[in-house]
Amino acid sequence: MRATIDGNEAAVSVAYRLNELCCIFPITPSSPMAELADEWSAKGRQNIFGTVPSVVEMQSEGGAAGALHGALQGGALSTTFTASQGLLLMVPNMFKIAGELTPATIHVAARSLAAQALSIFGDHQDVMAVRETGFALLASSSVQEAHDMAAIAQSATLASRVPFVHFFDGFRTSHELNTIELLSDDDLRALVPGGLVLAHRQRAMSPEHPFIRGTSQNPDVYFQARETVNPYYEAVPALVEEAMGKLAERTGRSYHLVDYDGHPDAEQVVVAMGSGAETLRETVRHLVASGERVGVVTLRLYRPFPADALLGALPPTVKRVAVLDRTKEPGSFGEPLFLDVLGAVAEAHARGERDVMPLVTGGRYGLSSKEFTPGMAAGVFAELGRAEPRRRFTVGITDDVSGTSIEYDAALDIEPSGTLRALFFGLGSDGTVGANKNTIKILGDEGLYAQGYFVYDSKKSGGYTTSHLRFGPDPIKAPYLVGKAGFIGCHRLGLIEREEVLGRAAPGATLLLNCEYPADKVWEALARPVQERMIEKRIQLYVVDASRIARDVGLGNRVNTVLQTCFFAISGVLDQGRAIEKVKEAVRKTYGRRGQKVVDANLAAVDRALEGLGRAQIPGQVTSRSELAPLVPAGAPDFVREVTALMMAGQGDAIPVSALPADGTWPVGTAAYEKRNISDLVAEWDAGLCIQCGNCSFVCPHSVIRSKYYDSAKLAGAPAGFRSAPLNARGLPETSYTLQVYLEDCTGCGLCVEACPVSAPGDPARKAINLSWREALLPVERESIAFFESLPTAERSRVDFGTVRGAQFLQPLFEFSGACAGCGETPYVKLVSQLFGDRAVVANATGCSSIYGGNLPTTPWTANSEGRGPAWSNSLFEDNAEFGLGLRLAADHHAALARERLSQLREALGGDLVEGILRAPQRSESELAAQRDRLRELRRYLSVLDTPFARDLESVAEHLLRRSVWIIGGDGWAYDIGSAGLDHVLASGRDVNVLVLDTEVYSNTGGQASKATPLGAVAKFAAAGKTAEKKDIALQAIAYGSVYVARVAMGADPEQTLRAFREAEAYDGPSLIIAYSHCIAHGIEKDGVILRNGLDQQYKAVASGHWPLLRYDPVLRSTGDNPFLLDSPRPRIGLGEYVGRELRYSVLGRSDPVEAERLAGLAQEAVDRRWATYEEMATRPARRYAPDARRER
Amino acid sequence: MADLSSNYMGLRLQNPLVASASPLSHTLAGIRSLVEGGVGAVVMHSLFEEEVALEAERQVALAEAGSESFAESLSYFPEVPGVEAGGRRYLSVLERAATVLNVPVIASLNGTTQKGWTRFAHQMESAGAAAIELNVYSSPGPEASGREVEERHVEILGLVKSSVSVPVAVKLSPYYSSVGEVALRMEEAGADALVLFNRFLHPDIDPETLQVVPGLGLSSASEGRLARTWIALLRQRLDTSLAASTGVDGPDDLAKYLLAGADVVMTTSALLRRGPDYAQVLLDGLSDWMSRKGFTSIAKVRGLLAATPYPGQGAEERAGYVAALRAANANVAGPW
Repeated sequence: MRATIDGNEAAVSVAYRLNELCCIFPITPSSPMAELADEWSAKGRQNIFGTVPSVVEMQSEGGAAGALHGALQGGALSTTFTASQGLLLMVPNMFKIAGELTPATIHVAARSLAAQALSIFGDHQDVMAVRETGFALLASSSVQEAHDMAAIAQSATLASRVPFVHFFDGFRTSHELNTIELLSDDDLRALVPGGLVLAHRQRAMSPEHPFIRGTSQNPDVYFQARETVNPYYEAVPALVEEAMGKLAERTGRSYHLVDYDGHPDAEQVVVAMGSGAETLRETVRHLVASGERVGVVTLRLYRPFPADALLGALPPTVKRVAVLDRTKEPGSFGEPLFLDVLGAVAEAHARGERDVMPLVTGGRYGLSSKEFTPGMAAGVFAELGRAEPRRRFTVGITDDVSGTSIEYDAALDIEPSGTLRALFFGLGSDGTVGANKNTIKILGDEGLYAQGYFVYDSKKSGGYTTSHLRFGPDPIKAPYLVGKAGFIGCHRLGLIEREEVLGRAAPGATLLLNCEYPADKVWEALARPVQERMIEKRIQLYVVDASRIARDVGLGNRVNTVLQTCFFAISGVLDQGRAIEKVKEAVRKTYGRRGQKVVDANLAAVDRALEGLGRAQIPGQVTSRSELAPLVPAGAPDFVREVTALMMAGQGDAIPVSALPADGTWPVGTAAYEKRNISDLVAEWDAGLCIQCGNCSFVCPHSVIRSKYYDSAKLAGAPAGFRSAPLNARGLPETSYTLQVYLEDCTGCGLCVEACPVSAPGDPARKAINLSWREALLPVERESIAFFESLPTAERSRVDFGTVRGAQFLQPLFEFSGACAGCGETPYVKLVSQLFGDRAVVANATGCSSIYGGNLPTTPWTANSEGRGPAWSNSLFEDNAEFGLGLRLAADHHAALARERLSQLREALGGDLVEGILRAPQRSESELAAQRDRLRELRRYLSVLDTPFARDLESVAEHLLRRSVWIIGGDGWAYDIGSAGLDHVLASGRDVNVLVLDTEVYSNTGGQASKATPLGAVAKFAAAGKTAEKKDIALQAIAYGSVYVARVAMGADPEQTLRAFREAEAYDGPSLIIAYSHCIAHGIEKDGVILRNGLDQQYKAVASGHWPLLRYDPVLRSTGDNPFLLDSPRPRIGLGEYVGRELRYSVLGRSDPVEAERLAGLAQEAVDRRWATYEEMATRPARRYAPDARRER
Repeated sequence: MADLSSNYMGLRLQNPLVASASPLSHTLAGIRSLVEGGVGAVVMHSLFEEEVALEAERQVALAEAGSESFAESLSYFPEVPGVEAGGRRYLSVLERAATVLNVPVIASLNGTTQKGWTRFAHQMESAGAAAIELNVYSSPGPEASGREVEERHVEILGLVKSSVSVPVAVKLSPYYSSVGEVALRMEEAGADALVLFNRFLHPDIDPETLQVVPGLGLSSASEGRLARTWIALLRQRLDTSLAASTGVDGPDDLAKYLLAGADVVMTTSALLRRGPDYAQVLLDGLSDWMSRKGFTSIAKVRGLLAATPYPGQGAEERAGYVAALRAANANVAGPW
């Protein structure tokens, strides 16, 4: 049976059917495998053995590997799916599983490792890091192979008892849609005979025939015992080959351990594995047809290394070999595959088994899904053809530092002429990707082969998407982006100015543009360079006002159906009449589940699309005088103009090695240069109505609402239209107040409007801040912002930190991030940056906050006008608390060193200064300012002291200012993967501040359940509703007695939030703040705007008792007071009133009403029970709490 | 002890008090409390097809929000059921109530499409509904004529009757131009019972917040007069069962409705106001009254004061009836 699916589904479709148990943990890009397995299991889908596999989500990949090991020892056929650091966390268990000769297959969507930076994209660094574990490694180079090799791996592992890692390229294969032939259950049964399954069960631990496994061995036998497995490994290649033979018999698809393609007498051969090998095979076919004697060796089995098969595959005529590794092993003699091939060939030659010793070179390519195109593949052969090819090289980048990179012809096009190549540029929210997936289905049903690959933005809000589609009469073997598209859909006018839109157009390409201009007016609206490019490429231009049509028929901003219809109407891929009929059929099928109204609207969109489509004439010459607006202002720093701007423009591939930092260190504050203008509606301040409370600024997730107060005289220089009002605080006459909206950075989420407490008389809907059309405001507001920035920022020591009203004047040092519009996390992060940012270091767990906080091209963490600001770093997902503790320990050590040196230099520096510094209280902002003054003086003295102690002190003097260490992460980190570390760090007694941004779900990887997910909520891996209560980490931390603990919800009580943050930071010990963060994964909206009611839901979470606000302050315990402060009143609404508004709960009422009622009842009981506990705690005497037993500090 | 057993469109009821559609019937526990309170049957709250469709549309839209936008999170929810799962929650409560409770559970339906009326009616029957009550209320808009509205309601009844075999009741509005004629037509079209009358939720306006607020007012005893008048007028003209709804506050109100000719009396307001256990108070009161008046069964009470439609003797009774109405108009307490 033929189907168009992606690599993840291809692999898990087999893995699920061949296993009894899946132990899972989400990690990109392998998560969809786990999600599908979970979904199928929930629906009762059976494996080939007639049972429904159990799917168990663990707390980490380490946990998944442990459970996998146990399940295998228990005799169950078990698997897991993972990638990257996740695979590395499995390494200890992998040694065990292999050491015990336990059959299992781990399916890996191979991904980069976090080194100088994290990357979610594909290469082989992860699988190469486990090659010593004893697992066999089997590589797939296409979606079809990901399906087939999954079966081969399972067959061979059971036959050989050697466990397998089956891997394929992350994203390139895991997320590529391609038309493949599916293996039937009978095919799988043929590959995995029942006898092997029984043998596996027979080896299981059982009290019926007990044995002991996992002993400790000593020098006398360990070595010999380690050698016992050799025969098993020697047998693997033949068993894999045998399985491949069986598969070929049943399906006609022929694979070998090592396959050779190319000229039979090739002189130059490239060796590779993974999707790059497919590109090489296609390129070799092209080169051989042009008369070149070249070939390619595709390695499928990598461990155990099939040296014989490799040597057999290499034609005897070969003189030069290039081995391509999709990995990097710094400091090595060469990358692993290169070393293996070189070793095998050299040994064969040395032993006289091979006459010619070819020249073997090693190249690196494709790290982090860097493209590997036919041009690059041909470039490798060209390099081999040089008189002296480089020993080591890279392809696909410009390495102007080490000179490793080779030249290639980027324009080489080897694709068959029968393939229709299409590109679609859209916005994440407009449905473009979904429509393209639909198109693939439609054309797949028509008997065409199809391929789809989708590229997404680095931002979570307002990002654009690029869909790369191919269709043709033959299987599509092109695992690289579409370079020369015959059809281009540009679904938003603004995107036409992006270089790649016309850059990837083939000459004579058809371009469909969604714009408000009719066919006879559109030309005039295009900028000069765009016109120039269109003429040069002889573009056939069509226009349609899809946005208007979509609005008219009631589809809002979903322009996908209109544009999909136009694609079919003009691409000629199908007869138009038939195509439209198929689109309508697809509409009924796709939108049927959303109801007749949506179906009708989409059907209307199809008809209206055809009416609205127009062909524009392109004149022979350029008529426009308008130029493209610069991406960053001319005054931006050099790095921003030369590096960041290129990345923003989608041209980061062209940046040479020399332009990039060598150690992953990037400048802060570059998000300020990226004016994204993603929302047509933006916040607008009404100065007359405003009461200057600061609420809007407090809750703004993107820091676009700023407040300043200043001497009214300064208004003399203000541009026309600059908004201001007299400051309404007492004691500051002649002072003005301005609330400035950075409208080009505003996402239009509306949280500010919701937070605004005042309404206009006679117009209740109008607040002191409202959403207005950006375009109309832009000219005046740009000037206003420039003037606003020239106004002085309030002195921190004069700001009232204790109120929301005061805190609005503190400069956010976290701004304009790429978080979702209306994000519930970022206001807390911003608050940390405002309150403590100029002396803070931040350890950030991997997750949403590390992505919107550190996903390039731009950086939202920034510095103030004095150049101070939070220093931020992300280590890993699992180790954040420990990482942050390390920062604290280093700071403490250097603070102690500084104090010691200071004392030692007392004479030279003067006793008053030294005593002043050493005894400085550093709690209030004015005390901190005074200490800064002293340290300035100290530095002045030190600069003229020429002693080693002075230099020593100079290097650590900054630690004499109280440093604020923040450990920030989500609930996936705090409750699950980082739980043990967090627990340990909280128990350490050290002065760290932990901020848990609790969305109650793994947000960044797409909404999987964590132990923070509440009872009854639906999430991935808890599709039937979570059946365990949310873990109460507040109570866990309170149990230590030495931890300051707060649970906050900004939308319910912003003043309590502010108080908790300040107390936590001031507390000289570990602090834990658990912050309710509404999230897109909760499924909430108001008036159709996602997350708009986030603050209201926070309020209801508190009012219902789901999220009681509390603080636990050990300082109170030490003074005999009750340290447990319950900050929210007794629940005054039922839990149902809160949860009923969230999809994560309400959906269960429709999918499983009985269970929904049961869980709702239990959830209410849990809320009541917990409240009773808290109420009792709030009245306990201090002595009933654990004392803070730390010594005086 | 008086025999309170009653017959409502062929259903045998232990007593003539029926809990009509209310928030209490949203959950199994709520329905159970009504039954334990003593009612003879329960009408569940209405399943609104439009609401079900809207909820599905909203849920699917929420589930798809933010999807296909960011490489790590191409979706945020497991598969969410679409419109096909519409009404599942309602049917589930109905099914469980019908299975575990020993009184008839009547489902109430308000459809918007032909398919919706028949599909949901059929599903309600399959889920164990003892009967189906049609809540035909819709907002036809100012263009529709009265006749068109009536035709549509008759058509809906026909549709549902043809798709189920359990009895079907129609809950009528008091705002037809000729309520009596509509009632006759409904009987002709196969209605097994008529419920008089539907109460409508009219939104209110909050002058403080300047917002329109949804209105849910509980009925008062005086509101029962209109229904009683029509029941009395129709009783002798119709074979179909008649249910009185609206304006029950005390046992007397039950007695009055039965005297007028109702087969059963429905209440929501009294039970919401005073709790489900109040049903027994009403029934005990009814029983006491019957004993006091010497009625041994409901059948003896039912329609005792109904208006007769027959010429001749009818003229006198009708005159009596009209006299009573006149007396009522003169602010003298009449029988209703």
